[in-house]
Amino acid sequence: MSAPIQADVIVVGGGIMGAATAFFLRRRGVKVVLLERGLVGQQASGVNFGNVRRQGRFLPQLPLANRSRAIWGQLSELLGEDAEFIATGHVRVCFRAHEADRLEAHALAVREYGLELEILSANELRARYPFLAPGVVAGSLSPLDGHANPRLAAPAFGRAAARAGALVVENAEVLAIEKPGDDFLVETAAATYRAPIVQISAGAWGGTLSARFGEKVPIVARGPQMAVTEPMPYRIAPVVGVFSDNEHEGMYFRQVKRGNIVWGGGWRGPAFPDLLRAYIDPMNTLRQFPMVTRVAPGLAQLRTIRTWSGIEGYLPDDIPIMGPSGKVSGLFYAFGFCGHGFQLGPGVGDTMAELIATGSTPIPLAPFHISRFAMQ
Amino acid sequence: MADRRVVVVGAGPAGTRAAERLAAAGLRPVVIDEAALNGGQIYRRQPAGFTRPAEALYGFEAGRARAVHGAFEALSGLIEHRPQTLVWHIYDGALHLLCGTKAERLPYDALILATGATDRIMPVRGWTLPGVYSLGGSQIALKAQACAIGAEVVFMGSGPLLYLVAYQYAKAGATVAAVLDTSPFSASVKALPALATRPAMLAKGIYYTARLALRGVAVHRGITPVAIEGDDGVAAVVWRDAAGRERRTACDAVGLGYGLRSETQLADLARCDFAFDPIARQYLPVTDQDGRTSTPGVYLAGDGARIQGADAAELAGRLAACAALRDLGHSVPAAEFASLRAALAPMAQFREGLDTAFPWPAHFAAGFADSDVVCRCECITAGDLREVALEKGAPELNRAKALSRVGMGRCQGRMCGPAAAEVLADALGVPVEQVGRLRGQGPVKPLPIATEIVG
Repeated sequence: MSAPIQADVIVVGGGIMGAATAFFLRRRGVKVVLLERGLVGQQASGVNFGNVRRQGRFLPQLPLANRSRAIWGQLSELLGEDAEFIATGHVRVCFRAHEADRLEAHALAVREYGLELEILSANELRARYPFLAPGVVAGSLSPLDGHANPRLAAPAFGRAAARAGALVVENAEVLAIEKPGDDFLVETAAATYRAPIVQISAGAWGGTLSARFGEKVPIVARGPQMAVTEPMPYRIAPVVGVFSDNEHEGMYFRQVKRGNIVWGGGWRGPAFPDLLRAYIDPMNTLRQFPMVTRVAPGLAQLRTIRTWSGIEGYLPDDIPIMGPSGKVSGLFYAFGFCGHGFQLGPGVGDTMAELIATGSTPIPLAPFHISRFAMQ
Repeated sequence: MADRRVVVVGAGPAGTRAAERLAAAGLRPVVIDEAALNGGQIYRRQPAGFTRPAEALYGFEAGRARAVHGAFEALSGLIEHRPQTLVWHIYDGALHLLCGTKAERLPYDALILATGATDRIMPVRGWTLPGVYSLGGSQIALKAQACAIGAEVVFMGSGPLLYLVAYQYAKAGATVAAVLDTSPFSASVKALPALATRPAMLAKGIYYTARLALRGVAVHRGITPVAIEGDDGVAAVVWRDAAGRERRTACDAVGLGYGLRSETQLADLARCDFAFDPIARQYLPVTDQDGRTSTPGVYLAGDGARIQGADAAELAGRLAACAALRDLGHSVPAAEFASLRAALAPMAQFREGLDTAFPWPAHFAAGFADSDVVCRCECITAGDLREVALEKGAPELNRAKALSRVGMGRCQGRMCGPAAAEVLADALGVPVEQVGRLRGQGPVKPLPIATEIVG
């Protein structure tokens, strides 16, 4: 085999996290290689719901989410491609009084982080969103949030990174990764790469790679249960999510400008990382129907034309692994985003690039450090 | 053993003969069919109140149609017939059924998929105008409802159905403005040896062509479609003749089709392995000679496995049932397997002959203007596909789908899939097998959100 290809940073995994990191590293002038086993943005980054949502998050994650939201707003100019981001607003609705109390408490708590939510009464909700069911008692609107097209966003980051000078290598599965000296050596079938810094951003497969450096994490793969309807005239602007203690009631949906209504939530299905496949359990789709029409009864007039799933990595505390390794210098992680990574993607890329290039970032990452699992 | 549940999907020639063989072995198979009445597409039965004789509906095939209908009727009480029922998904050893707005999960021990075929479409500018139908659709309108798609009809495309439907329309009293066949006459000559393996079938083809000539219907071979024109509906077909001269034929409807495409979505959802079939230029489920797929307990028969026509489907249905029975532990005579396999052998050769005589015009894909619509559900043009191929680096169909929406609409690529593959392959400069196939995703057909779980 010929001599290793040298870079400053090797990013392993071309989902939205890795592609955005490569892009922002290039903007800082760092020589970066992005290695992707299949095609950029093909797994969880490409099959998720497309939510660009900040409300309802783990509070210490909000600085990162805010940074990401700012980038979403400039994405077309940054990338030179449209990922269909629209700030339609994101509304969380509930059906029970005690849930309404918690929405209000959340609105107060996030204000500290600079996120202004608007609490809406049942009447205000119906006046603004006549498609909502009469049983909805209250809602919380995050006016600057919205949605984007997950099929386009990560590939757009990958292409923009390549245009900016990153070496983006698709169909390049990592066969071996080690740090024999000062540099890491990363081997694929076609070439070997060498760099002093590696970022693992391999989604549900991230745990397999971190384990090679002695950092095992209890990550499990699950598949969201997604569906889309036939198109109808564009009437539903905001992303709608149900806030409930009952996981099965937790549906979310949005209408794209084309007219189709996309939904997910309620149940998760089996995912098989080794086979690169995740499946829809058809019973889940059928169970979602009454949960969707419970929020928007008018949708009962429509038909669903496609369902899909994808492979997402979940950790027991439902927050990702992000930041430097606890054991190996020069090694960084950004994986396991527990089904809520899409909105964060641009911010993760910007933050990781900043951390890697400058050695620090104002975004608090301590809660996401991999060592939280090493302690157990 | 008696309570093992064997399910047959489809009540056409293959499904009927499969059910018959299973019932003969003492099983009580479940037969699921989308239509209200048995017969499939080729032997589709007319609705109640229609009284045309079988000869008027099926022509030369009246005898076979009667036999298949009769065989199914004789199974009354011996099978569980579930008409007007769609299998919308297959998961974890169970079928997911939809009847009206009632959904039911039906586990199976063995499954015979006899899902038939649908038209294979190569788009042409204007193909989305009202008044353009698929050839199969044109025939169903006549067969089921005694309706013609227009008063002056052009039939365009290729394949034996082109001549049969034109003949049936002419006979029923419609004006056939022209039959425009994209396959050259020389292709038929080249195919003759293979076609001669079934002389009666060959003779029928010659008969239809001769009858069309007698009625003064213009038949043109080796044409190239240019456009279907009109404002609110079809007004004319513009085409180039074999000598390259542009011509225009006035009409108010067009029947369009290029042979048939196996309906393989259920085999895909059952996770059967697929392989590229160079004759069909389509990825097809892999089976052994008796119809066993790579998924244990799942069998294929008839045009849903590969296009060989109704007579072959009857044999293949029975053979797949024999294979299922043997795998379930029933005793099936070796001689029965041998005779069915032997009877099927010439069918395959005849089919190859048809594909030689009436080739799928893959090369038209290169000639599409960027503005020509390939995916009609999502209005995705040839130019959109070329852009994702060349500028966004889509190396295969599923990536092209993700980036362009091709195949993401109501038909889920059933209509546009083959042409989209050709446009993509042409843009990338690779053989069509290299762009792969659209992955199947449930539901097979649109599923009402008002659907309720029963059972």
